[in-house]
Amino acid sequence: MKTTIIDYGAGNIQSILFALSRLGFEATLSADADEIRNSDKVIFPGVGEASSAMDKLKATGLDEVIPELKQPVLGICLGMQLMCRSSEEGNTDGLGIFDVEVRRFSQKVKVPQVGWNTIFGYNSSLFNGISENEYMYLVHSFYAPVSNDTIALSEYETEYSVALQKNNFYGVQFHPEKSSKAGAQLLKNFLEL
Amino acid sequence: MLTKRIIPCLDIKDGRTVKGINFVGLRDAGDPIALAKRYAQEGADELVFLDISATEERRKTLADLVKRIAAELDIPFTVGGGISRVEDVGLLLKNGADKVSINSAAVKRPKLINELAAKFGSQCVVVAIDAKQIDGDWKVHLVGGKEPTNISLWDWAQEVEERGAGEILFTSMDHDGTKNGFANKALSKLASLVNIPIIASGGAGSINDFADTFLEGNTDAALAASVFHFKEIEIETLKQELKEQGIPVRI
Repeated sequence: MKTTIIDYGAGNIQSILFALSRLGFEATLSADADEIRNSDKVIFPGVGEASSAMDKLKATGLDEVIPELKQPVLGICLGMQLMCRSSEEGNTDGLGIFDVEVRRFSQKVKVPQVGWNTIFGYNSSLFNGISENEYMYLVHSFYAPVSNDTIALSEYETEYSVALQKNNFYGVQFHPEKSSKAGAQLLKNFLEL
Repeated sequence: MLTKRIIPCLDIKDGRTVKGINFVGLRDAGDPIALAKRYAQEGADELVFLDISATEERRKTLADLVKRIAAELDIPFTVGGGISRVEDVGLLLKNGADKVSINSAAVKRPKLINELAAKFGSQCVVVAIDAKQIDGDWKVHLVGGKEPTNISLWDWAQEVEERGAGEILFTSMDHDGTKNGFANKALSKLASLVNIPIIASGGAGSINDFADTFLEGNTDAALAASVFHFKEIEIETLKQELKEQGIPVRI
């Protein structure tokens, strides 16, 4: 099986590579459209700011490649947010895979949300073997509201989408690569889809 | 519900843990990776590695160590100690650190915070502040608390938030090493002044000290070193007791 992590200069990619390696899977980093298209699984990471990350995707044409992919794709953190229609962060358009507008948490709560929060309300095989109210590690200032594509929830200021799915596209707001055994289980579930 | 974090801190010198660490069953108590994994298994939510080496090769040694830690550890970790250059941060993050903490370098050149936040995102920028009270006023101190400045803790905390810090790690030099509890009054005032998470450091001696800093200090996380290293407090017991007091923790 060939797994590719999309390399567009955003994100803690090394940690994802290590997490996959602990599970016995290898992955390659690539920004090459053909290599990405020809993979069995694609991971779309992201840490940083949304509008500049979108600019990087547009500069390499990946903004058009990603929405056309047919194999399972997993967006992580900012990767998930960029798969949405738009983001308030830098007022940018996203890739439009999930019909969701990413918003900022208000000043009623500490921003960013940093730490381990419970997730619940699963509606996807991505969460097989993960118990309801499991803890995952999150660091984010923006969130995806609940939508038709929501497959798991968390709560911070409000209930929001901690995971989304549409067809072959999956996105998680938390960092499975940093979320101990439950995070590893989620990555394994994705790789075994 | 977002949980309160328990963060053991490991001092690192030339790639090895320092302080007499008293862990049964560890073949090499100076091996930061073995110790880190042990803490992760026991329920630590995050780890901080504080590099205190003073050698020429320190940057490379630390970067190599970070990569080895990231290969083994499946919880987040922060690296700090003498970090002052944007390119050094880039290498540490590339090697798998989740966050870096900066301290004196940020006081000397506050724009460093803006530069790191712009380049890598606020989520990985922890600003560590060491302070103690001088004539009743909390003043920021440099070089591990040795060098006083005239900067007010409150002003500096607000400034680092404005400049893009993602979290504040506040160490009270008045409390550090005393084992008499965290500086909860100051922590609670900090929590009312800024809207980013605050990590309490300095003064942990008992399980109640942790409960107090979450309840009275309004902190989001608590960091400690020796009480964990010397097994005076077991993380599993600590979290169980916090839970019984109604404090949300990950168990």
